[in-house]
Amino acid sequence: MEKTATQNLRSAFETLEMHNITKRFPGVLANDHVDFDVVSGEVHALLGENGAGKSTLMKILYGMYRPDEGRIVLNGKEISIPTPTAAISHGIGMIHQHFMLVPTLTVAENVALGLPSSKGPLTDLDVVSERIIDLANTYHLKIDPSAFIWQLSVGQQQRVEIIKALYRGASLLLLDEPTAVLTPQEVDELFVIMRQMTDDGYGLVFISHKLHEVVEISDRITVLRDGRKIGTQPTCDVTTQTLANWMVGHEINFITSQEKVDRGECRIELRDACCSSDRGTEGLGDVNLKVYSGEIVGLAGVSGNGQLELAEAITGLRSLISGKVFLDGQDITGLPPGKITEKGLAYVPEERMKDGMISAFNISENLVLREHHRWPFSKRGFLRMPYIYEHTDRMIKQYRIKTPSRATLAKNLSGGNIQKVLLARELSRSPRAIVAAQPTRGLDIGATEYVHEQLLDQRKKGAAILLISEDLDEILAIADRIAVIYEGKIMDILPRETATKEDLGLLMAGVHPGEELETGNC
Amino acid sequence: MISDLFTATVLIGIISSGIRLATPYLFASIGEMFGQRSGVLNLGVEGQMLLGAFTAYYIVLRTGNLFLAILGAIAVGALMGLAMGFVTIQLQATQGIAGIGFYLFGMGMSNLLFEKLIGVVENINGFPAVKIPLLGDIPVIGEIFFQQNLLVYLAFLLVPIAWFVLNKTTLGLKIRAVGENPAAADSLGVSVVRVRYFTVILGGILSSIAGASLSVALLNVFQQNMTAGQGFIAVALVYFGSWRPFGILAGALLFSMVNALQLWIQVLGIPIPSELAVMMPYILTILVLTLSLSKGKGPSALTKAFEREG
Repeated sequence: MEKTATQNLRSAFETLEMHNITKRFPGVLANDHVDFDVVSGEVHALLGENGAGKSTLMKILYGMYRPDEGRIVLNGKEISIPTPTAAISHGIGMIHQHFMLVPTLTVAENVALGLPSSKGPLTDLDVVSERIIDLANTYHLKIDPSAFIWQLSVGQQQRVEIIKALYRGASLLLLDEPTAVLTPQEVDELFVIMRQMTDDGYGLVFISHKLHEVVEISDRITVLRDGRKIGTQPTCDVTTQTLANWMVGHEINFITSQEKVDRGECRIELRDACCSSDRGTEGLGDVNLKVYSGEIVGLAGVSGNGQLELAEAITGLRSLISGKVFLDGQDITGLPPGKITEKGLAYVPEERMKDGMISAFNISENLVLREHHRWPFSKRGFLRMPYIYEHTDRMIKQYRIKTPSRATLAKNLSGGNIQKVLLARELSRSPRAIVAAQPTRGLDIGATEYVHEQLLDQRKKGAAILLISEDLDEILAIADRIAVIYEGKIMDILPRETATKEDLGLLMAGVHPGEELETGNC
Repeated sequence: MISDLFTATVLIGIISSGIRLATPYLFASIGEMFGQRSGVLNLGVEGQMLLGAFTAYYIVLRTGNLFLAILGAIAVGALMGLAMGFVTIQLQATQGIAGIGFYLFGMGMSNLLFEKLIGVVENINGFPAVKIPLLGDIPVIGEIFFQQNLLVYLAFLLVPIAWFVLNKTTLGLKIRAVGENPAAADSLGVSVVRVRYFTVILGGILSSIAGASLSVALLNVFQQNMTAGQGFIAVALVYFGSWRPFGILAGALLFSMVNALQLWIQVLGIPIPSELAVMMPYILTILVLTLSLSKGKGPSALTKAFEREG
């Protein structure tokens, strides 16, 4: 009985087919004659690396892009989807990777936005709230309609997005990288919701580049590469290795094993470090952390739990309220970032384009940003261009930077090559310690592999490396010890050998594994 | 002397003219607020006010018809708003610069028209004071609040209406959404362009009426550059009022009271240099803006043009 509310809203959905979809952007063929279909009651995963054309294909289906060629057939009838509004009226809903929510409005206001009101020109938020609660109860999407979006966690915001789509009668949901921002536990919850929806006859498209998630949740998998469809297979019939090869186009070896490097002296140390966040709240609370020469310490955590503050506290970009920071045993608390850099700290910032590079500068200029004022890059205030060019060419070769020329502007490079330029600048100084924040975010498998190699190479040379990442697989692959940060505090530090994903996930959610067990036994 | 200010008659006079002088601030600021809440900063308010002031004044001078004068001001304001919208929403010009352009255009145009069509400063019969029955007879209160002209009443009525539209209607919801996250509004089928055109044209109309209120209701005369920066103060008041109608009301009253005070200081011949007195509202603007900078931030998409990708 409780499902009447949603059934009234829903449009009938059986099948959707996309035939021969082609989409060109200036200089790029984003989708090259791609076929794709979804049927009621299944999760169809769309797998591929960044830039493979997954999002483009789904944005075409949601009316955000117009295809240059191809047909879309819904329930046997050909349709055209010129705008998102048209998509919604056909029962297609999209959960965007970057949530399309207005943070200063309430849940109910976000849901009601753009819909006709039962009270004419006046808003009918009470009616909307009731229906939200109905929907939420059906799919266990616990949410308070009168809460403001900015008060909600990322997982809750995603639920609002799902409710928004369901409220508009969507029966086919496109989920664009829905797990990217969630903790492992939240991912599990999302999967339960998704399962329940397919049981009720919804069709779901699940976009991801995470193999294990795709294998876990989907019924069928389609792999895209460079805008082309490589294949579609029922999930039961394929192996992860096949899928990985399809995605990359060649055999890949996951870096998993690694030789041990002897741990040396302590290079980075935080002692009772406290600082505030940009919002003025507590950013770090009494953090104690040591990183030794020859080891990689992975800092795991859900985005926004103090990772940025920690990186900036070490690099001197953020001042501490109390506590101390040491580099190589020297107290560097309160030193300006330039001085800390000189002492041998390299920093790979999370926002590589915003904080790491100047996008309107070319490769040469970006490469010498840190040391342009010093010999051999300059002499008495004048840049020594011949040497800088020589240096650039050497770096391009050594770090395998793919670029038309050394004068190419940073903004015209691909994500992977931008990161290579950044690594070249930071690592060529033979740093004693490295803080790398999300160094592989947004990079494809090839570039990710490259970054990992570079970090492991630095470790071998004796650098102390703090690797901040939201990707547990990455941390488990190359870190020696794993620290978990939650709300500005280090929850625990585990050696990689004994760390499990489950434990890390719980720690990332602020729960110590022991506690969880006790409640589970009741 | 200073003590002259504290007699009952003078105090009533100051407050009463303060209420009256709040009129142009209220019209212009509320209009500007709608634009900003949808993400468009219009710095051309001053120019729109001047053209509105001239249009209304000219119509009254020629026809004596006050109703026609306001209609004329509305038409001119709508056109100015449309032009501002076309430049900033359609062509996506930088809002701040476009606004300065429209300010200079409005000022130059009103000067030119005044010189060509009128030439000499001439008084007209503007909106008369309307005493509201019963309420107007209350001692002191009646004199202050209920013996004003029609535009003054309208300006104050505009505040709760603006609040209601913004917070209780679907239109208001769209305006707020478009100003905070246009991409989200767009993805739900809300036309960002239409909403912004609406608010910018509304802003133009209200600014123009604000100007008209000066020339045909408060001062009953037109002079070149008669707004003397009130349009810019109106923009500042939106920040001061944190983009909320009642906040703007508080700011408008603060400024108009200070203005009234400085006028009375001059009238009473209190020995404070008149230049200093005239400067007071502007010094206050700077102070208020500096102090209010630390307060809540405005609409996230303010001054950002919106373009759908693909």
